[in-house]
Amino acid sequence: MSSDHHHDHGMYDSDPLHHHPPQPDLEDTPLTHHQIMQIAVGELLIEKNIISADELRAQIEFQDSITPARGAELVARAWSDDGFKGRLIADSKAAGDEIGMDVGPVPILVMENTPTVHNLIVCTLCSCYPRFLLGIPPDWYKSRSYRRRAISEPRKVLSEFGTDLNDSVEIKVHDSTADMRYMVLPMRPAGTDGMSEAELAGLVTRDCMIGVTVPEGPSKA
Amino acid sequence: MTDRRRHHDMGGLEDGPVEIKEHTSEPWEKRVDAIRSLLSDEQRNMLSVDELRRAIEDLGAEAYDRYNYYERWMAAMTNILLEKKILGVDELGRKMAEVEARQGNKPL
Repeated sequence: MSSDHHHDHGMYDSDPLHHHPPQPDLEDTPLTHHQIMQIAVGELLIEKNIISADELRAQIEFQDSITPARGAELVARAWSDDGFKGRLIADSKAAGDEIGMDVGPVPILVMENTPTVHNLIVCTLCSCYPRFLLGIPPDWYKSRSYRRRAISEPRKVLSEFGTDLNDSVEIKVHDSTADMRYMVLPMRPAGTDGMSEAELAGLVTRDCMIGVTVPEGPSKA
Repeated sequence: MTDRRRHHDMGGLEDGPVEIKEHTSEPWEKRVDAIRSLLSDEQRNMLSVDELRRAIEDLGAEAYDRYNYYERWMAAMTNILLEKKILGVDELGRKMAEVEARQGNKPL
């Protein structure tokens, strides 16, 4: 970009008022106080050799690569292999290691849904979340309403996600902390006999591993 | 007991329906997250999850409400770096002024 404002808009630029597109480029919007702080802290940490620019880039690429497909892979394996399911519930880190998946630095308890018990996860104090398995949390997970109400009226919260459980099903809500996080192991839907692990993984959504929804079986086309 | 709660301790309070919104990360938010992860790794071990949470809570009720999620992270993480003297207040102030000035020089 040129440093003055007399850049050439090319052969189609016949507007004497020098009109710019109504949507400014992201880089043209002024930085907020916290964005300035982020750039400043990042540059200082790099200057002090505490982190490097390469490490920062690699970390962002790694973060971008984490999607709920990781959690879904664990769930599909557990649905397909009872032994693995037992090991996943007993020690998710060791079970993850078996298939070369790092479940992250914070221990994760995998809570199994059954016909009589449905599990739901929340972090009432902040936003703890099994990020290594599900990626970054959605805004609603961090919202005040979810943090406040998931533990006091979970059935009503579930219904807001379109999940209406039978009254006979007990709902267990697990409040995450900095030192202990949770992931829900949903029940395998009916009509999935004979499906491969990859096909099963395709049925497992992020929301059903948080526990606000339950997975649906293959659509009957 | 309710009146003894701190502002972040909101489990069980009443509220309206959950607004079901996703999150699309902005580039600066990804950098905040990446810096946090790097500072927390085994090699550096400069910032634990508990420390970050404590620092977020210490921002106070007013900032907690006014800042958005990643702004809280950024402010809290910076406070910890200052507390631990990994960064100095003066050098941070100078650098932030420099960043802001650089931005001011950009063509509109």
